[in-house]
Amino acid sequence: MLSALTEQPLLIALLALLSLGGIFGALLGFAAVRFRVEGNPISEQINALLPQTQCGQCGYPGCRPYSEAITAGDAINKCPPGGEETIQALADLLDVEPQPLDAEHGTEKAPVVAWIREDECIGCTKCIQACPVDAILGAAKVMHTVIADECTGCDLCLDPCPVDCIDLIPRKEGIAFWHWSLPTEETPPVDIIASDSRSRDAA
Amino acid sequence: MREIHDIHGGIHPPERKSLSRPGELRDTPLPAHLILPLRQHLGVPAKAIVNVGDTVLGGQVLAQAQGAMSVPVHAPTSGTISAIEPRPIAHASGLADTCIILETDGADQFIACEGIPEWQTVAPSLLVERIREAGIAGMGGAGFPTAVKLNPGDSKPIDTLIINGTECEPYITADDTLMQCQAEALVEGAVILAHVVGAKHIVIGIEDNKPEAISRVTSAVQDASAEIEVASFPTKYPSGGEKQFIEILTGQQVPSGGIPADIGLVCVNPGTAVAAKQAIIDGKPLTHRIVTLTGEALGKPGNVIACIGTPISHLMGDAALSAEERQRIIHGGPMMGFAVSDLDAPITKITNCLLAPTARELPPPPPAKPCIRCGHCAEVCPASLLPQQLYWYARAKDHEQLSEHRLLDCIECGACAYVCPSQIPLVQYYRAAKGQMRDSEQEKRRSDNSRERFEARQTRLEAEALAKEAKRAARKAAAQEKAAQNGEDPIQAAIERAQARKIEQGES
Amino acid sequence: MLGDIALLLVGAVLVNNFVLVQFLGLCPFMGVSNKLETAMGMSVATTFVLTLASVCSYLTYNYLLIPLELEYLRTISFILVIAVVVQFTEMVVRKTSPLLHRVLGVFLPLITTNCAVLGVALLNINQAHNFIESLFYGLGAALGFSLALILFAAMRERLAVADVPEPFQGAAIGMITAGLASLAFMGFAGLI
Repeated sequence: MLSALTEQPLLIALLALLSLGGIFGALLGFAAVRFRVEGNPISEQINALLPQTQCGQCGYPGCRPYSEAITAGDAINKCPPGGEETIQALADLLDVEPQPLDAEHGTEKAPVVAWIREDECIGCTKCIQACPVDAILGAAKVMHTVIADECTGCDLCLDPCPVDCIDLIPRKEGIAFWHWSLPTEETPPVDIIASDSRSRDAA
Repeated sequence: MREIHDIHGGIHPPERKSLSRPGELRDTPLPAHLILPLRQHLGVPAKAIVNVGDTVLGGQVLAQAQGAMSVPVHAPTSGTISAIEPRPIAHASGLADTCIILETDGADQFIACEGIPEWQTVAPSLLVERIREAGIAGMGGAGFPTAVKLNPGDSKPIDTLIINGTECEPYITADDTLMQCQAEALVEGAVILAHVVGAKHIVIGIEDNKPEAISRVTSAVQDASAEIEVASFPTKYPSGGEKQFIEILTGQQVPSGGIPADIGLVCVNPGTAVAAKQAIIDGKPLTHRIVTLTGEALGKPGNVIACIGTPISHLMGDAALSAEERQRIIHGGPMMGFAVSDLDAPITKITNCLLAPTARELPPPPPAKPCIRCGHCAEVCPASLLPQQLYWYARAKDHEQLSEHRLLDCIECGACAYVCPSQIPLVQYYRAAKGQMRDSEQEKRRSDNSRERFEARQTRLEAEALAKEAKRAARKAAAQEKAAQNGEDPIQAAIERAQARKIEQGES
Repeated sequence: MLGDIALLLVGAVLVNNFVLVQFLGLCPFMGVSNKLETAMGMSVATTFVLTLASVCSYLTYNYLLIPLELEYLRTISFILVIAVVVQFTEMVVRKTSPLLHRVLGVFLPLITTNCAVLGVALLNINQAHNFIESLFYGLGAALGFSLALILFAAMRERLAVADVPEPFQGAAIGMITAGLASLAFMGFAGLI
């Protein structure tokens, strides 16, 4: 039988390749079942890098939906509260090029916290229901106040307030938050060991 | 005789110490007002307990410590509190901080002080408490609350107390003068501190460019109640950095990210030791310190004992500063100090020197040129780091690589910037990078916390919604059951009752 | 025997390094060398693929093609073998490290078209290696590829933060550096 077959080289070649393909196909099928992957762990890692303000400026209803969108391929430059640092961290994680913040979604501002003007608060609890991190203390007809350490500055409480008594004040001001800036980023450029303050140079 | 080791790197800048005449200590006249910042130490600022208009005596507590990492502030002299408000302080940022302004009355009255003469019989924890109440923070420049340093915990037993008499930075002679003029107090303070931490050995380390200090301290230790070793070692900058100093004297290295207590050592500045002696034996809080006034722009350079809170302008006047255009007055030394932005800023517990150079003496450095990768910086780094790599990663803001290259072990001594042929201000890059890293970590902690709160809230809302649904379903089931039992639908009955009432109200 | 293996390894890793001397497999070399972690992941994947593919190709050639006198089908059957091994590797990588899988992206299935892999399979035949020699030749080629890739990735990471003039930034300085590295490796000629 084999001698008969060897006189049909084309048939032999086809049979050889088909059998090879068949064996490998079976192997791969088995591997596909054995190495199945559930869920999507990457979006967890992306979510860990986002600032968790749940503000919605990126166009998604929160940070986790945006992280899932990024996993699906969306751009990484849509988060204004995260700013340049978050874009850089996402670019490092996903090994893509960092892009400047998409101005359509907002600009990078200094971090803020909400502050309720207590004289004007009417105790309606609308802001409490709006806060995504439960950072407002209070109850119906009782004074409301923002727990500054927990507030992310997402500004979701400003719209619901019927008397407009909530302000956003800068969070990182004062000597405790000051640190040196890189010589390349100072204006005017300063490059000295014992540094002059800008005010003296200007004087 | 102790074996002296050497540290990696180091430089030998011109010392310029004789300019400020070490060993001669003089008083300075009392200024008209004192500015006392609430934060003169590392940690949480103190909280003012006096009000505007109060009359206070010298040594009285003006601000209470807030928690463990905090020290109180005392009035250096008698007077009236004229304000408690933000004032410019001596800080690299040029920003203001809350200060207590004390108008001095010239009488210089002090509260009655009560020391503990039999301190050897008192429990060390009580002595630590006394030191804390005296407002003592590290006077070498860092301002670490001394009471915290003396209490490393039971897991870190202390074997040796070392007094850091190095003072390696050029121009500064405050510790040298203290060791020459207050050697007995220093020795007493060292013995007290050794008793407090339970150390069996005491070493006072002094650089060999201070021969008078070495001889004065050596004769003072002969009369000490405990055995104290005086060790001298070759002069090199920055041997006075705590970790470098420990390596020189003991050959051991403090672990990266650790503290000297991890290897059984506590290292203290001589000024702090003298302050501890005054607190325990004389009952006096920390109100004065020795400050070196030096620089060629001064007519009367020297070392003065000044009240904490004295405005820098007052001291400059006392030292006959000849004003120059665009002059820098440097708080600290030429390597690690910074220029003061407002001369009305006060000196604090950590001010060891005020340097007023002429433009020719310390010319403003030329602009930085590109890095030529020569590697000189790595040769002189006392912490055996790679300053060149740290420079490139600091520019690129690569925090991961910066921590891998141990940026946090950098002591910011400035040796690398001193030798850089391109005059790159390397230390400023490292300080900026450290600040950014600290900032990032804080933001990360905040955002992790926010995410947890958000997820907890989502869980709670879902649980509430489910509970509501369950209740509604249960009510419906109960109503249906009742209807089946009584043969009447309770909901329908309720609707009919309501309609009946409405008709009644309509009629009446 | 051991000496022969050693010579084979040194030859494949250093003297005739597949990437820097024989210029095979340049696509993943330039594409994946931006970050060191990615490069290490790619090295491991390619090592696995190369060694396994080298062995499987040898077996296929000697026990299927030669008995049936189908040597002329070697190119297509080797491609088949390589494709299967790569697909298997991709499944394993996706299971063990989804991030690496995401970061490697399209370069992981592109190992199929990596001319170094097919090159090793064909060179095994040209040089009439036996089973052990094929195995170690594949391993050596993979180690040489990994060495070149990791060294280059480390250099590119430093280049990324350095002061490169604008016309040279990106791929241009990468190419120049690769050329210099290649010159360096050609210095191994005559070692064995």
